[in-house]
Amino acid sequence: MQAIPLLSHTHPDQTVAWRQNQSISARQFLADVAQLATRLPAGKHVLNMCSDRYHFTVGLAAAIVSGKISLLPPAHTAEMISQLKRYAPDVFCLCEQAQPSIALPHILYPTTPAPLTDAYTVPHIACEQRVAVVFTSGSTGTPQPHPKTWGFVINSVRAEAERLGLMCNEKITLIGTVPPQHMYGLESTVLMALHSGNALSDQQPFYPADICQAIAAVPAPRVLISSPVHLRALLDSELQLPPLTLLVSATAPLSTELAAALEARCQAPLLEIYGSTETGLIATRRTALTAEWQLLPGISLIAKGEQMHASSEHINPSIAMQDIIEPTGNSGFLLHGRTADMVNIAGKRNSLANLDHQLMGIPGVIDGAFYMPDETETDRVTRLAAFVVAPGLDAAQLLAALRERIDAVFLPRPLIFMDKLPRNQTGKLPRAALQNLYLNRSAA
Amino acid sequence: MSDITPATAPTNFYREIAELMITCLNLEVAADDIGLDDPLYGDGLGLDSIDVLEVALVVSKRYGLQLRADSADNQHIFSSLRNLADHIAAHRTL
Repeated sequence: MQAIPLLSHTHPDQTVAWRQNQSISARQFLADVAQLATRLPAGKHVLNMCSDRYHFTVGLAAAIVSGKISLLPPAHTAEMISQLKRYAPDVFCLCEQAQPSIALPHILYPTTPAPLTDAYTVPHIACEQRVAVVFTSGSTGTPQPHPKTWGFVINSVRAEAERLGLMCNEKITLIGTVPPQHMYGLESTVLMALHSGNALSDQQPFYPADICQAIAAVPAPRVLISSPVHLRALLDSELQLPPLTLLVSATAPLSTELAAALEARCQAPLLEIYGSTETGLIATRRTALTAEWQLLPGISLIAKGEQMHASSEHINPSIAMQDIIEPTGNSGFLLHGRTADMVNIAGKRNSLANLDHQLMGIPGVIDGAFYMPDETETDRVTRLAAFVVAPGLDAAQLLAALRERIDAVFLPRPLIFMDKLPRNQTGKLPRAALQNLYLNRSAA
Repeated sequence: MSDITPATAPTNFYREIAELMITCLNLEVAADDIGLDDPLYGDGLGLDSIDVLEVALVVSKRYGLQLRADSADNQHIFSSLRNLADHIAAHRTL
């Protein structure tokens, strides 16, 4: 049985994290993990809501060494929490303060660091141990679970660290603007730090001024792991950025122009990474220089019907990608947008089928459909619209019901009430018909 | 940093900030429809974190004020039009 250590740091004094301007050693980290592991309740499934990235990491590691599974849902709506409970009735929530909106048993993150001991033993975790289940929204109203084994995620983040040039002997600190609770943040800001011998920052900065401060708070060399939404705000803010070695972006494609402007401002390369919840990272590109993505070593693309599948020793069986992919040879490819049913709003994915399903599930809704307008401005977020037939409901009631069911980024703007929808003879709603409605309403 | 409760902003400034949000976010409401004390997040105007980032950017350019999430009152600032406008009025440099 193959096993991989919990972290790749070989010396107990190596820095694993920076928290409140202090270095946290591998020894302290393992002590914190051991302390929390003894306090976790009996349930096998954990919803880790810690917003401090170091706390999240300790929570994840404590769950792993206890043989527990971290559940990572795409949102924390009331509907999603009840779905999680159905999936894993023993699920409990790890958090830093009570979360009254989360109807689950709670355990609070310990308020004091664990006392240090002389012993230093790095736990080894079996490759086939299931460590996380990441959920996507699915298309039928039920979230789809994607179980992740330790071997799978560690193989993925090691390949990522190699590609990003982080497997060096310099001590690099990774600063993330993305939450650790989604696949990208989990891999790129948490597990990659643990398995490249580098360190993570506890921060999850939001405003441009916060990002600058979080970077300045840790020693160079530093890598910023972010998304187009934050990077564009950072560039537009015209704030003076502390020096960075590398910028990393994912969740939605960046334009060449924005990538080039960011590189010029930061005097550092910007690498975009591409992947999915199902596959993890599969490719990267230097967006300022080329539109072509390069697959990671060992990963290949296979055409199956209309869709391209990603395949590797670890992605087996192969997994369909939700984007339109054109292979260009030599492990390169171009992306041409999403397949028709998928929407991606600021990095959150959902299918129109699922959104329609949620809308139609609201009592009083007779008919309804979401519509994704064409994206007119690159690097800006385009919002969904929805058309609905619900004579007994007003906009506020309908939005309140939707908010219970779907993440706020998917709430329709505008929400348009109608007497009936322009369904064709087969009951289908062609996109062109919805587009017509949408454009005519804008002109009105 | 001492954060004394700022003086109330003049009435037309509330309208100015409401107009700014509507333009910046392409909201389909009239400035008068945004109640001074209605929540901006969630059940009120329905803004989310992407909107807040957009508004913060426009505010920093027009009023010379960088919003910060680590100031304890960040939640408070975006809790209503009144609080947002009061905060901007009290801390603007332009």
